[in-house]
Amino acid sequence: MNVEFINPFLSATIGVLKTMAFTEVTAGKPFLKNDKISRGDVSGVVGITGPPNGSMSLTFSKECIMEIVSNMLGETFQEVTDDIKDAVGELSNMISGTARNDLGNKGYSFKTSIPTVVSGPGHEIRHMCKAPTIAIPFNTKAGPFVVEISFENGTPTKG
Amino acid sequence: MKPELNLNMKVLVVDDFATMRKIVRNILKQIGFTNIVEADDGANALSIIKQEKIDFVVTDWNMPNMTGLELLKNIRSTEKAKDMPVLMVTAEGLAENVVDAVKAGVDNYIVKPFTAETVQEKIEQIFAKRSANS
Repeated sequence: MNVEFINPFLSATIGVLKTMAFTEVTAGKPFLKNDKISRGDVSGVVGITGPPNGSMSLTFSKECIMEIVSNMLGETFQEVTDDIKDAVGELSNMISGTARNDLGNKGYSFKTSIPTVVSGPGHEIRHMCKAPTIAIPFNTKAGPFVVEISFENGTPTKG
Repeated sequence: MKPELNLNMKVLVVDDFATMRKIVRNILKQIGFTNIVEADDGANALSIIKQEKIDFVVTDWNMPNMTGLELLKNIRSTEKAKDMPVLMVTAEGLAENVVDAVKAGVDNYIVKPFTAETVQEKIEQIFAKRSANS
């Protein structure tokens, strides 16, 4: 995987959560993830069409996403409701869009799909390609979340 | 000098994500707008525009059924609504997308993520420009 594709997603994650949810996040050490099991309670997954093709996902712990969405909407949540799932979709949309714009400004051309949201303990995240998945853990005051990025090998479209 | 915004205007907020509609609605309320209606895609928005008296549209770009850009083009070709102010709030920040929206007649453009201050500033710019041109 071209590591140049990873940083835009990380910066977008930090920027979107700071601007839209007033949430400061700290990134942990990336790791290679070899299974489909999520590391949290609710995930948003976005397909990315290049070449190369790939996908990204955001997986939040229940406590973390309830705090983030409370900050975004000015409401308090006790459970992972449909409003929370919708917000995970919109966050996935904004983060992938921001990263795509960043990559676009560097000359890479990608399209992103409408996000899908999955939830529940131990839910699976199905990335769009069989390439290795890089997982980057993040922490917030309210709890952890994980960003996963997977891109197949291939020559990007530039220009 | 900033023109005074007419806070009695009926504003239509269009986005397929309820979260974003709520965020935009909250910001519009903070600014002082009280008459706000919502649509979850461009086709529903166009139907509301044809049936009701809408004064100002805030729309997303990427939506199923009819995109924000298609909605904008439809608004500009609808006699009743062709001069309606339209603000686009979208993740589509690439220069070519902005150019497409400007060519289609958008009044102003905000790239997500955004702050409440940015939304207010962009709305004020729209009405300042329209006031200067009238």
